Amino acid sequence: MAAETLKLINLKKYFYTKMGTVKAADGVSFSIRERETLGLVGESGSGKSTVAYTILGIYGPTQGNILFKGQDISRESKKRPKHFKKEIQIVFQDPGSSLNPRRSIKQILELPLRVHHISGNGGFTEQVEKLLNMVELPSEYMYKYPLAIGGGERQIVAIARALATNPSFIVLDEPTSALDVSVQAKIIGLLMELQEELNLTYLFITHDLSLMRNMATRVAIMYLGKICEIAPTVEFFKSPLHPYTRILLSSIPVVSREEEELKPKKITSRGEIPSPVNVPPGCSFHLRCPERMDICSQVDPEITGKEKGHWVRCHLYDKGL
Amino acid sequence: MAERLLDIKDLHISFDVYGGTLKVLNGVNLFMYEGEKVGLVGETGCGKTTTAKSILKILPVPPARIPKGEIFFKRQDVLKMVPKEIQRIRAQGISMIFQDPTAALNPVFTIGDQLMEAIKYSSIQDGLSRREIRKLAIQTLQDVALPDPERILENYPIQLSGGMRQRICIAMALATESQLLIADEPTTSLDVTIQDQVLRLLGVLVKEKETSTILITHSLGIVREWTQRVYVMYAGGMVETARTAELFESPLHPYTQGLMKAVPKLTGEGIAEGISGRIPDYLNPPEGCRFNPRCPHVMPVCKKERPPFFNARDDHQVACFLFKE
Repeated sequence: MAAETLKLINLKKYFYTKMGTVKAADGVSFSIRERETLGLVGESGSGKSTVAYTILGIYGPTQGNILFKGQDISRESKKRPKHFKKEIQIVFQDPGSSLNPRRSIKQILELPLRVHHISGNGGFTEQVEKLLNMVELPSEYMYKYPLAIGGGERQIVAIARALATNPSFIVLDEPTSALDVSVQAKIIGLLMELQEELNLTYLFITHDLSLMRNMATRVAIMYLGKICEIAPTVEFFKSPLHPYTRILLSSIPVVSREEEELKPKKITSRGEIPSPVNVPPGCSFHLRCPERMDICSQVDPEITGKEKGHWVRCHLYDKGL
Repeated sequence: MAERLLDIKDLHISFDVYGGTLKVLNGVNLFMYEGEKVGLVGETGCGKTTTAKSILKILPVPPARIPKGEIFFKRQDVLKMVPKEIQRIRAQGISMIFQDPTAALNPVFTIGDQLMEAIKYSSIQDGLSRREIRKLAIQTLQDVALPDPERILENYPIQLSGGMRQRICIAMALATESQLLIADEPTTSLDVTIQDQVLRLLGVLVKEKETSTILITHSLGIVREWTQRVYVMYAGGMVETARTAELFESPLHPYTQGLMKAVPKLTGEGIAEGISGRIPDYLNPPEGCRFNPRCPHVMPVCKKERPPFFNARDDHQVACFLFKE
């Protein structure tokens, strides 16, 4: 079995606001092995981006640990040694706002190279050319500006920037949700090729389960700051256990009859996602759950495991799976 | 055969901008019968919203220009109507749900103010008292399954969640008893579970009130689950239309086929290539078929002539020279 690249142990990130405490990530634990793609799925406000940003060090965790290749990096980015920052990179959702419109693509790609003193014999220009080559963009592109190229190409530039420091781990925070499907296909293809070539490990954040099915090796579902189910992709889609997962799966609009048959029987979703300031007591999902029991509104369930690495956090499985 | 409720014929729209004219719509043809649920699907920038806005005549003119085309709503050309007539159509004939409910609702008025105003000006019976209007407003909020409608009338949009706001917009659109509803990406800004709820609700209400609906979206999945007939749009023109089941069973246009392949599937067969290239620059769109630079089956004729709709099968039309016979 491959070595663990990243391990989160009971990670918590709270934000203190006037309205109350927002428990954006509330005891998140998982690990990602080398060359794996862990898909982190959740609705808006579920805390998936918070987890990602805490891993990157944009925030320091409130509690809990982040281990990267066995070493503790649970603090903000500025307190981390530089070589760790080089190893962990991110691609943001919207390339329109993550690339500076007033810098040329060469300047954009050069910055991480300068910061980390990476230059081959030919200097930065050659490195930039190499990067563009790696993501299959023509090298003339280095003289263009972000506004002059299409949305898909911009995202490819953002990927090239993430690759500039030769990282081993990349967080992909909804990299294709601002793009059209025909463009998305190309980007996902590129990401998978790069993973193969450069031995990358991905944390892939998305709300699109169909995309996850094709991209991830394991899937984790998040709801209101907590992981409710985590399993290898094939197993996950074959036998989803958590009621929330089943609702999610049965809500996806699909395009063919074969897919229709793979979805769980239509479960009607109801209720709204509660505000993260006011998380209901007990299991946070109990208000919307079709299989609610008395215990659910009182006791928060523990995560329990099953063979094949399938974990679920629900009282239905208290007596074992 | 039922009457055509809406009939758009050869609609051209361009926008004058710095540096030239954007020729966006390039001969759009679309019709729908009464009571139909029609889908309009296409990628960003293909002209879906421009088409929708032109039906209600809410495109800003200038910069927009309509050099050619007709839009018949109940056999009357919307484009030739005087302001007073168009007002009446907007109040009672056609209503629209926009993509972003946050932008569609005014943040400084309460939900009640906005909803009651919509009812007042569209009311089929004139001279309703304030109390009656309020009662109707409460009724419509109950129709869209919002809890505690009396309280919601007093709320400001910011106090409600995205799903609730979109339900308010649906309530406003349906309160007016209009015959045609244009839903422009009504669930794009919502989460999947909420999207599912909102679409289901919309389906029930539309059926109850027998409203004809155009659903505009970029999601093929939603179109498949929600509509009876579908138009596929690319770069300012319709490329294919068929009954929904037929279209998903056998897409014919190279663009539709590419799009279907690019959608990630739950069956997990991997992700297809996608369609190479990108949508044309509207300042200088390609001659002939606008898809020709990206088309895998491109022929010499495609670069010269614009393909009209050819009948491929019953009720299945394709704008592609491959189907000339």
